[in-house]
Amino acid sequence: MPGKLKAKIVAGRHLPVMDRASDLTDAFVEVKFGNTTFKTDVCPKSLNPQWNSEWFKFEVDDEDLQDEPLQITVLDHDTYSANDAIGKVYIDIDPLLYSEAASVISGWFPIYDTIHGIRGEINVIVKVELFNDLNRFRQSSCGVKFFCTTCIPQCYRATLVHGFVEELVVNEDPEYQWIDRIRTPRASNEARQRLISLMSGELQRKIGLKVLEMGGNAVVGYLQCFDLEGESGLVVRAIGTACTLDKLSSGSAPNTNTHMHPNTAPASNACNSPSKDGKEPVFVEDLPSSSGPPTPFRALPTSSSPPPFSPSKPCSRQSSSSDTDLSLTPKTGMGSGGSAGKEAGPLRTLLRQQTQTALEQRGASSSGLLLNAREFPFFTLTSFPPGFLLHVGGVVSARSVKLLDRIHNPALGNTRSYKLLDWNSVTADEPETRDAWWEEIRQEIKSHARALGCHAVVGYSESTSICEEVCILSASGTAAILNPRYMREGCLDIGCTDHRFEEPSPPNCGFCHIPYDELNMPFPAQLTYCYHCRRQKVPDVLFTTIDLPSEAAVAGKGCLIQARLCRLKKKAQGEANATAISNLLPFMEYELHTQLMNKLKLRSMNALFGLHIQISVGENMLLGLASATGVYLTALPAPGGIQIAGKTPGDLSSEHISSIQKRINDTIAVNKELYQINPPKLFALDPEVFCGINMELAEEGVGSPIPEPRHRSRLFRSHSESSDELSELDLSHGKKDAFVLEIDDTDAVEDIHSLLIDAPPPTGFYSCNTENMPGISNWTSGVQMFTSVRVLRLSNANLTNQGLNKIFTDLCENLLKSFYFKLRSMIPCCLCHLNFTVAVPEEELIQVTVTAVAMTYDKEQTQEKTAEKPVNKGSLEAEEQLQFPLELCADSSSSNIQTASKISVSLFTPAAKLCQNQLLIARSAGVGESTNMSPRAASVDYGSFADRCSTWLELLRLKAHTIRRGSVKTSRRTQSLAHSVSSLERCSPLQEGRSRSLRSSRSFGGSSVTVVKMTPLSFLPGTRIIKYLGIINMFFIRETTSLREEGGVSGFLHSFIAEVFAMVRAHVAALGGNAVVSYSMKECVFMENPNKNQAQCLINVSGDAVICISETDQESSASTANTGQTGGSETDGAT
Amino acid sequence: MSVELDVFVGNTTIMDEEVYQLWLDGYTVNDAVKVRMEGGVMDECEASKDVLLSDTMDQYRTFQMCERLLHSPAKLANQLLFQIPPHRQIMLIERYYAFDDTFVREVLGKKLSKGTKKDLDDISTKTSVTLKSCRRQFDNFKRVFKVVEELKGPLVENIRQHFLLSDKLARDYAAIVFFANNRFETGKRKLQYLSFQDFAFCAGQLISNWTVGAVDNMVEDMDVDLDKEFLQELKELKILITDKDLLDQHKSLVCTALRGKTKVFIEMEGSFKNLSRGLINIAAKLTNTKDVRDFFIDLVEKFIEPCRSDRWSAADMKLYLTHYTNSAHILDTFKHQVVWDRYMGVVKSCIFKMYHD
Repeated sequence: MPGKLKAKIVAGRHLPVMDRASDLTDAFVEVKFGNTTFKTDVCPKSLNPQWNSEWFKFEVDDEDLQDEPLQITVLDHDTYSANDAIGKVYIDIDPLLYSEAASVISGWFPIYDTIHGIRGEINVIVKVELFNDLNRFRQSSCGVKFFCTTCIPQCYRATLVHGFVEELVVNEDPEYQWIDRIRTPRASNEARQRLISLMSGELQRKIGLKVLEMGGNAVVGYLQCFDLEGESGLVVRAIGTACTLDKLSSGSAPNTNTHMHPNTAPASNACNSPSKDGKEPVFVEDLPSSSGPPTPFRALPTSSSPPPFSPSKPCSRQSSSSDTDLSLTPKTGMGSGGSAGKEAGPLRTLLRQQTQTALEQRGASSSGLLLNAREFPFFTLTSFPPGFLLHVGGVVSARSVKLLDRIHNPALGNTRSYKLLDWNSVTADEPETRDAWWEEIRQEIKSHARALGCHAVVGYSESTSICEEVCILSASGTAAILNPRYMREGCLDIGCTDHRFEEPSPPNCGFCHIPYDELNMPFPAQLTYCYHCRRQKVPDVLFTTIDLPSEAAVAGKGCLIQARLCRLKKKAQGEANATAISNLLPFMEYELHTQLMNKLKLRSMNALFGLHIQISVGENMLLGLASATGVYLTALPAPGGIQIAGKTPGDLSSEHISSIQKRINDTIAVNKELYQINPPKLFALDPEVFCGINMELAEEGVGSPIPEPRHRSRLFRSHSESSDELSELDLSHGKKDAFVLEIDDTDAVEDIHSLLIDAPPPTGFYSCNTENMPGISNWTSGVQMFTSVRVLRLSNANLTNQGLNKIFTDLCENLLKSFYFKLRSMIPCCLCHLNFTVAVPEEELIQVTVTAVAMTYDKEQTQEKTAEKPVNKGSLEAEEQLQFPLELCADSSSSNIQTASKISVSLFTPAAKLCQNQLLIARSAGVGESTNMSPRAASVDYGSFADRCSTWLELLRLKAHTIRRGSVKTSRRTQSLAHSVSSLERCSPLQEGRSRSLRSSRSFGGSSVTVVKMTPLSFLPGTRIIKYLGIINMFFIRETTSLREEGGVSGFLHSFIAEVFAMVRAHVAALGGNAVVSYSMKECVFMENPNKNQAQCLINVSGDAVICISETDQESSASTANTGQTGGSETDGAT
Repeated sequence: MSVELDVFVGNTTIMDEEVYQLWLDGYTVNDAVKVRMEGGVMDECEASKDVLLSDTMDQYRTFQMCERLLHSPAKLANQLLFQIPPHRQIMLIERYYAFDDTFVREVLGKKLSKGTKKDLDDISTKTSVTLKSCRRQFDNFKRVFKVVEELKGPLVENIRQHFLLSDKLARDYAAIVFFANNRFETGKRKLQYLSFQDFAFCAGQLISNWTVGAVDNMVEDMDVDLDKEFLQELKELKILITDKDLLDQHKSLVCTALRGKTKVFIEMEGSFKNLSRGLINIAAKLTNTKDVRDFFIDLVEKFIEPCRSDRWSAADMKLYLTHYTNSAHILDTFKHQVVWDRYMGVVKSCIFKMYHD
């Protein structure tokens, strides 16, 4: 009997009038947990009853504690007829199960009814007494902390990052059960709410178990989603990143967790050691015992990466020798061949030993979970401690279209998960399950990452879009190389090639350096030497799904960039429909991509962060929405302009073209001004000066970075801003240059217009969809989180794609305009974490849901840099001491590169035939050779060509110079000195900025206790989080049969969203918290039937409940001791 | 293509004071949009009409949802549905309970009944306050009335605590409640020149001097009714006009004091007996509910009008009433000094307030 749950019902207030005659209510309360129910006395004739009940005690398993919510029902006593329900409160008691989180839940909760909404409030106190359970076979995972936050939570330190955890549970949807025909809507809604609450509890517990087994104590970046598959059931799935977190506190704590887990989770003991081998987990060929796993895996990446590319090479090498993955991550130009050869030997043997011991142990332990976890080196985190993220390859994404079948649910009827624990158990006869679907997608993602020479995927997320029986599964992330120092060994495929990773890259540009081998690039790419350190190659454009690393050097401000797209499709059923959709997907991705690229250039930026591409499926159309935050990374080359070209050089409409061209150029100029993009000219020599030489040399000397001009053609190239000279070039077949826009038909004109439609935010506003706004760090205390929903009805039956696009674009633009207008009182302010979700709820409806936070900042200081971390001097020194051979291979850098985004589309249906067919496409698309399909093959930026030439030249000259002098070291030193100076400069304003923001936050100290702030970000400006109280994960259904009376659909949804906010705040306040961070609205499904005067809406929200204190309060403690910060903050918390 | 649904919900409820005022004033959404466009708010943020419309709709919805809470403002502070900073709550309540003086002037002293409510459209046309706004104001009066009717203790304080209003507004409501409860006649043509603030001041005087609560806060009854005992005692003042000696004595005392201090001395001397009779008859009749209702009209007819026709200045009036009140104390045979003071104190300040054009 591992736990005792105690609940006390204190009082109610503002109850609704249930007895018309007396205008009063005779209320009593039922308290239910599991199958036990208690009742309070009836408090007669009061709208503000005082029950002051005894403590109701439930003696339960901790497994139940994790799964079940405490269910409180308020009823009106009726002597003659059945008691009427007033409403319910579900309290998730999970936060009480962690030792460090909340100790009591106590406060006023809104009493919620799915038909009437909030009806009064009830005051409840809940406590849990947990007994220690050392049972090694236990099913509960009490004590594992969950965080929605996608970075390491503020008052913790990550000692180890274990890696990816995932789980899903399925059940029948009560709404679609036969019984639903005879029960009331209320009963049906409540059954659903309860079921989902149970399922998420179970899911969380299961994930917790996995984490314990891996030896971790927390899940960060926990992302839970529902798939309402209708007839075929209900899927609750979650992914997250398992970590071992240490509470930052007075030195003694750090190891408690690691000491603990052998006791708490004996299984982890066994799993721990196999993890040590880690370098070469599943794929190694020398696994005679487990022949099952390696084959499917190796098959996938190899088959999906055609020979010409490097990714396949490491794979084959890997299988031919029991080498580490050293080769898998191609050298970034710095890894000197010689030294690698030398060191590889001993390392290899070491690794082999480890692998073998691991194998033995693995044989002993039956844990397949761990294998699974290590199989996917994915991280749901989007921002990382400094030094963690070494290099970023680019976006990897995969989509697959599935046909939903009824989920096979055994007679037991209980929630059951079809978890595949081990690949060994997968046989062809096994029914296709959701798990297997995701497994496929993840495999694909992984192979894409490998193709980019990366061993990990960060900023990883998964999503679905369902319409009738068709479901699009999507996953995306950013291929990256991580510093293994922070990882639990084994969670990455990559060998612990220490020498490689210890070579430090400058923190503010290192992540831009290409992770793949420049000689064997996974796709055509155009590389230059890093504009920052001049030592390594960088791509010309970088797309990522993560947040901008805090140490990254940027110029100017960032801004939200969106690509929007509608595609009509024929209505169809079943497989035909799925095929139609999967055929459309690649084109959509391609177009979205082109749009993003063009818009990026239009804003004169060169990198996208937080890229999120959503494709939503409806009966007769597909919607695509890509959002990201554009930024100018000073390490990357300057983007070129956009050139408009007619169909033929001598096109009659040349006047028209030039006018458009002018508009575009003007826009670019305006945007440069607007976003204050003035890249530092530390190394880049003034292009004006070098312009002349450029053009000559570029073509002969350096080995032209652009393909030879072969045919005279219709494509015009724009050059750097400094050069107006046009040269005519041909790009190889079909690879359209992103920045050359051809006008060959009216559609193209439309496209260009739509490019220009995006209005810049009004003065005083900035916007982004990431955690940090590039270029702004001096936040003041103003915070306004909001959710906005807009549904558009398309009345015009004969809409074209173009027309739809326009409508969709306008919808998004108008939403933004509305936000700016509504929030104008907050100027200067920035809309952060703008999260757009699109859906096609019905045939002619488009729904856009946006959640974001507006934050005020201090305008005075916006110019200053945001470098958060002081530059590590040690690493600088190390840098200086390292010598690298200079590889002046201009040739390689001349190949075309585009962003590393890889997209593949695959269709898997039960029909094997179709499946094969589509798989082929998927494979070919996956690697990106197939040019006409894969968007990635697309755009090449030649715009900055001249620019680039100048810098190459300059670089070449510099290098030649130093070589001549025979002293590489000197030049290097000067560079790094220059570097350190610049970083120091960057440091100083920070201090100022900080103190200023501290001062400004003072104003907010006197706020009332009940105020609960909410933000989708992981932090609240001006405050410090001192305690995480647990995860908030709530699911609500609201239904009405009197839509008109409630103010129509808008009135209905408006009050529902307000109610959801209210319930979230109440739960947080009851936990003792004063804020929700990393808040998100995962689901907002709205259905209406105006003719019947009915509507229904489902909302799922999540976030982390926290206690935060104004930064001024803890300033003293923070300044006195860096290490003992939490000692100070804990006392703060106590006060 | 049409916008089917459009909502915006902030964690902290966003409310634009300007839109709130338009809503309170009973503008329709479209009219409000027009007013806002004319107000130039569009230039602020490069907004279009659609943006303005959407914003106005959102705000109107918010206000409608809030309205329920505003009916019992104490709930606003501890409700959970809207997170509204305290200073905003105060603003919301204060503005919601604010009223138009022109409107309140029309219903002042009327029974707050359904019948009156039916006349609101006439009042609306007359005052050019929108019907919606009239209804809100009327319902506010009624709501406040209903709540404080039953309560013990000081009226103003009760209103302030129950409706979280500012002191000024609470006093105004006290006046409205007091007038409604005693059904003072304010609508006669002769009283038209008086503003609501004049009456509110008088009501304040009456409440703080003539009610039961005025003498004893602990008493069961409340502030809304006049002190019956006191009204009875007022009959005793009649002696000042019925006793010929006393009347003459009073007159000579007042005239001695006034001589040479005013230009209208002759008129004062001439009308002394009439004026004194008028004031004392008013006092003596106050036991009748009907005459209580006519209190203000009587003051005007019996005192203010005669003085005005004699062209007394406000200063003359003050001088006269001060001496009139004080002289009574010197009268040896006049024993009702306390009642006299309680009566004349209020009448004096009411007349001071009401003596204008």
